[in-house]
Amino acid sequence: MDPSRGAISELPIKAEVRNFNFHYGEFHALKDVTMPLCERKVTALIGPSGCGKSTLLRSFNRMHDLYAGNRYGGEIILHPDQTNLLDPRVDPIEVRMRLSMVFQKPNPFPKSIYENVIYGQRVRGVTKRSVLDDKAEEALRAAALWGEVKHRLHDMAFALSGGQQQRLCIARALATDPEVLLFDEPTSALDPIVTASIEELIHQLKEKVTILIVTHNMQQAARVSDFTAYMYLGELIEFGYTEEIFIKPRDKRTEDYITGRFG
Amino acid sequence: MSSSAPSDVALIRAEIRRRKRRDLWFGALGVLALALALLTVVTLFINMLIDGWARLTPEFFTSFPSRRAGQAGILSAWVGSLLVMLVTASVAVPLGVAAGIWLEEYAPKHWLTDIIEININNLAGVPSIIYGLLALGLFVYTFGLGQSIRTAGLTLALLILPMIIVATREAIRGIPQSIREGAYALGATRWQMVRHHILPYSMPGIFTGVIIGMARAIGETAPIITIGALTFIAFLPPAPLVGTPPFVNFEWLSAPFTVMPIQIFNWTSRPEAAFQQNAAAASVILVAMTLMMNGLAIWLRYRLRKNLKW
Repeated sequence: MDPSRGAISELPIKAEVRNFNFHYGEFHALKDVTMPLCERKVTALIGPSGCGKSTLLRSFNRMHDLYAGNRYGGEIILHPDQTNLLDPRVDPIEVRMRLSMVFQKPNPFPKSIYENVIYGQRVRGVTKRSVLDDKAEEALRAAALWGEVKHRLHDMAFALSGGQQQRLCIARALATDPEVLLFDEPTSALDPIVTASIEELIHQLKEKVTILIVTHNMQQAARVSDFTAYMYLGELIEFGYTEEIFIKPRDKRTEDYITGRFG
Repeated sequence: MSSSAPSDVALIRAEIRRRKRRDLWFGALGVLALALALLTVVTLFINMLIDGWARLTPEFFTSFPSRRAGQAGILSAWVGSLLVMLVTASVAVPLGVAAGIWLEEYAPKHWLTDIIEININNLAGVPSIIYGLLALGLFVYTFGLGQSIRTAGLTLALLILPMIIVATREAIRGIPQSIREGAYALGATRWQMVRHHILPYSMPGIFTGVIIGMARAIGETAPIITIGALTFIAFLPPAPLVGTPPFVNFEWLSAPFTVMPIQIFNWTSRPEAAFQQNAAAASVILVAMTLMMNGLAIWLRYRLRKNLKW
């Protein structure tokens, strides 16, 4: 271990998953997962299909509450106020107002670029034009899309290319000033060049926001993340600095996956 | 097999020809079936057009029914149809759309909602005269709404309600889940999600369902006869809009009325040939109205869907 980096437990923590269990009906999808999310760092969740990484990500903003038959237990504590995001007394809307999400496939609304970006503000009841305009520009700049769309903010979002649509969705997620940004395989529907630009963007965003990203692509995890969690069959096998996970994994299963022996 | 002799190729080709002949046969059968259906309808329509052509004058639209066929017109009938449709639409659309949205977006999925769903689909197939009998008992006798425009409008609203609910649900089901999740993920409440996304994006489908339902309702005769529409009306209901405040007047709702199909029914039951001409002319107009509504539905769907791609 690089001594200058220090122990993970001494870094500022934004969120903590504690003894998290998840059931889809009878199926025990996540087993006793415990891991931290370091503040203003990128944490990647990797593992083979069906390992539960997306399920874990979607637990952070309570997406599972939308569907019947999902049960979960344990805690996800958000710092600094120590709110347990999973507490039934905490409204999922409150959770989703603090954590934003970017989905696997770009999912812009069939509205204008502008309306897409400011949708989170609209939901919060903001109607003042100047506030909305500022928010839109700020978020589009942060998502590296401003230059391409500033002259056509009122065009339909579908007029944009796939990569632009995904950056629009990132802008939309940023425009609510989230504390944590959740990415659910954000580049799996995009080509390599666009993927590179999104990864570059993620790299820039971590200066402002804590990021959790699910990825199918190990190289992507290695490129964008500071920390990596390797999951397998619903268990968190190994968590640590990305370099350590990739260079000298402690667990045999992690090593097998990293070296491409399966997955 | 290392090589194929030319005779093999000939065999393959013969085989393909044989199978393609069957293709051709089915194609021909389909065209025949379509032609038969279309020709029957077109023949009927042309026949009506020829019979009623002489009566299709401006006066026909501005005259009340009369004992003299040559002076009779459809003024009270088309005004009646229009007003009844107005009541039908203003009752059936909000109810049907709200019910459809509730069933799709709010209702928990269990046996009770399954039963409701099956019954709504069944209701769409109930013969219209049953609705007429229900309305006679409920609206006319129990609620004392009279044999009026509002009774007729409510009756037809009941009739097309299941159609609108089904159309609304179909339209809502076409909206991908990713849109819902996208809205919820930004902190939207269920109502905000419905108001900002579900309603606008399902509008084309809902419009289509509403207009097709209305086209069905405008031609309905049985339930209107059952609730006791008059066949001979030589006056118009009070105007809904008036020149003095409050500018709207709801007396027309309780006025006696007639509608297009009843006027046609009345004329066809007369022995004189001249009345048959009137019936044919009125039928042409009713068919044209229905076709226009269907055309509008198609156009609206096309227009509104242009911006919706997933």
